[in-house]
Amino acid sequence: MSPTDSLEEIAQRRNAARAERKCRVSVCSGLGCESVGAGAVLEKVRARMRLQGLAEESEVHLTGCRGLCQRGPIVEVEWGPAEAKERRLYLDVDEACADQLALEMATSGAPPASLRDHGGEPFFTRQTKIVLANAGVIDPEDIESCIAAGAYSALEKAVTEKKPAEVVQMITESGLRGRGGAGYPTGLKWSTVAKAAGTRKYVVCNGDEGDPGAFMDRSVLEGMAIAAYAVGAEQGFIYVRAEYPLAIKRLRAAIKQAERLNLLGAHIFDTGFNFRVDVRTGAGAFVCGEETALIASIEGGRGTPRPRPPYPAVSGLWGQPTLINNVETLANVAAIVRNGPAWFAGIGTEKSKGTKVFALAGKIQNTGLIEVPMGMTLREIIFDIGGGIPGGKRFKAAQTGGPSGGCIPAQFLDLPVDYESLQQVGTIMGSGGLIVMDESSCMVDVAKFFIEFCREESCGKCIPCRAGTVQIHDILVRITHGLGNFEDLEKLEDLADLLRNTSLCGLGQTAPNPVVSTIRYFRDEYLAHVNEHRCPAGVCAMAGSTAAREPSRAHSVA
Amino acid sequence: MIAEPASATSPKGGDKRLKMLDAAMRRQQFQADALLEVLHSAQELYGFLSGEVLLHIGRSLKVPPSRVYGVATFYNHFSLKPKGEHTCTVCMGTACYVKGAGEILGRVRDELGLSERKSTTDDGKASVVVARCVGACGIAPAVVFDQEVAGGLGPEAVVSRVRGWIR
Repeated sequence: MSPTDSLEEIAQRRNAARAERKCRVSVCSGLGCESVGAGAVLEKVRARMRLQGLAEESEVHLTGCRGLCQRGPIVEVEWGPAEAKERRLYLDVDEACADQLALEMATSGAPPASLRDHGGEPFFTRQTKIVLANAGVIDPEDIESCIAAGAYSALEKAVTEKKPAEVVQMITESGLRGRGGAGYPTGLKWSTVAKAAGTRKYVVCNGDEGDPGAFMDRSVLEGMAIAAYAVGAEQGFIYVRAEYPLAIKRLRAAIKQAERLNLLGAHIFDTGFNFRVDVRTGAGAFVCGEETALIASIEGGRGTPRPRPPYPAVSGLWGQPTLINNVETLANVAAIVRNGPAWFAGIGTEKSKGTKVFALAGKIQNTGLIEVPMGMTLREIIFDIGGGIPGGKRFKAAQTGGPSGGCIPAQFLDLPVDYESLQQVGTIMGSGGLIVMDESSCMVDVAKFFIEFCREESCGKCIPCRAGTVQIHDILVRITHGLGNFEDLEKLEDLADLLRNTSLCGLGQTAPNPVVSTIRYFRDEYLAHVNEHRCPAGVCAMAGSTAAREPSRAHSVA
Repeated sequence: MIAEPASATSPKGGDKRLKMLDAAMRRQQFQADALLEVLHSAQELYGFLSGEVLLHIGRSLKVPPSRVYGVATFYNHFSLKPKGEHTCTVCMGTACYVKGAGEILGRVRDELGLSERKSTTDDGKASVVVARCVGACGIAPAVVFDQEVAGGLGPEAVVSRVRGWIR
């Protein structure tokens, strides 16, 4: 590759080469597939192609997460003449199956008819992909394949054809809102940072959450660069959790490759625009998802929050104006610049535009990563795309927003999922975790699980959060051991109110949400625990029952 | 506590790891802001952060020991005690919890005689630690054996994997 090639030349060369090849086999390399041997499957296909003398005429590559993690390794094949390529998608591909597939492709030019194609299933067809559009098309460790799919063309358009203010205007018009939590309008945030006075400005990508980021590295980096151009920053930080080593490795490689092609660094696209990105690795502190704590952590200190205002947009990293956006927010930016704000605003609902990525998990048939337009109902997400609840069990609740969110009971299954409607039922969009629970989950136990998490993750700076989470947890431990009484419920509600109104940061303010939401919708379960000392789901080891006499395993008794 | 030669944990021992740690700090231009990144490098090299390593880092970056210690103890990822030869990390994220991670954790700890407070066996062969989501919700419950992520295993399968380590 020559560093002087323009993006267009690279894209044309790669696309022409791909069109001419007889076949293409892409193997999902997301964490789920890697854990069940995707690497070995890839090698098997490559070896067989080589053996059949087809190495030159076939393209065998890794690709980003296909979403249906539980059915990995996932393999897609594409074959036929350039103008009429056919595609098939296979699940649960083991090495033997991969070998058979490659052999058949090499000898007859098409995959074996005996293998079942899953590409047409609702899990794949009912999604709308913007952020995850390139999963399956690109090789996450090869920048040229990403450029062939259009990566960095939006950055080129922004820095060579648009003024920074015009870019901010585009984002404002698109209606994009922050994907990390409360849904603050992204354009408004950008214009605040753009207008703020400061000698240096920074762009921070908040990746301190459950988004498996591997497949969208480049659109994230491109989005960060566009944001930097729009607000006048020259330095960016991307904060990734240490628990995601695969994402860190791929990000570092992606940054290096982009720097080599002058897509990041100095004089990007031969303009006066400079932008450097550094990866910062988190170290296992949930509170660092809060923006002021995140700043403290990037500065190398303990991740403790501070009161706002001043907001980071005015005084952030090292006291300078800092734009902090969530990974998914930034991953939308390039597509908006490429396709125009009107296109983006045409997707979703009146107040929530675009799509949302969800990590479907828990008691659901198809677990994995999906992207759907805002406003799709929970029923469609869980039963059509997710395939419903396994084992003939009944749906009980969907949990969104993690420890800051709440549970949505069955009566709201037809709720369109957007920022406002989720807020109305007492939860938040959050970063996209959607955990389904069936009748075998005890909602009091779930509330206890979340508050235990917040208790441990509280940074200890402010008293309401530090002491309040301990008190709430103690009460819930009592209740789940059959030792609670009716007044405990009132105490829980009082404490929840206190934490909400007096905690310093989002962690403490939202920590009681799972408790409040489960009391609101599953009060009868709480009442069974405190009045009858009975756990309807049979999860809690109640005093007097046989289970209670066994030593408590996962949780200690307060 | 594992019996280790003094040089392994002491920065003054002059082994290669110290040179690598110094190189890592040089790459960060000995900036105090890079403390977290440097601690990551040190933990990768030594497996844990000993008092001597922390002091050495503090002196090199010109950060008071109180702050180095404060940062090292604030984050769950850093360990001030040596870990076992093998580590079993049980993910206790929500998706894994709903799928029975609590039981897996209890069974593995029981098997090795470990608890919330005691994470490494006396012979230093195995450690059991809890992660707050390893990002593998789609294959929950997720367990990481050393560096390798495994999904969908029941308590029995996890216990038998770990049993292999201590024999």
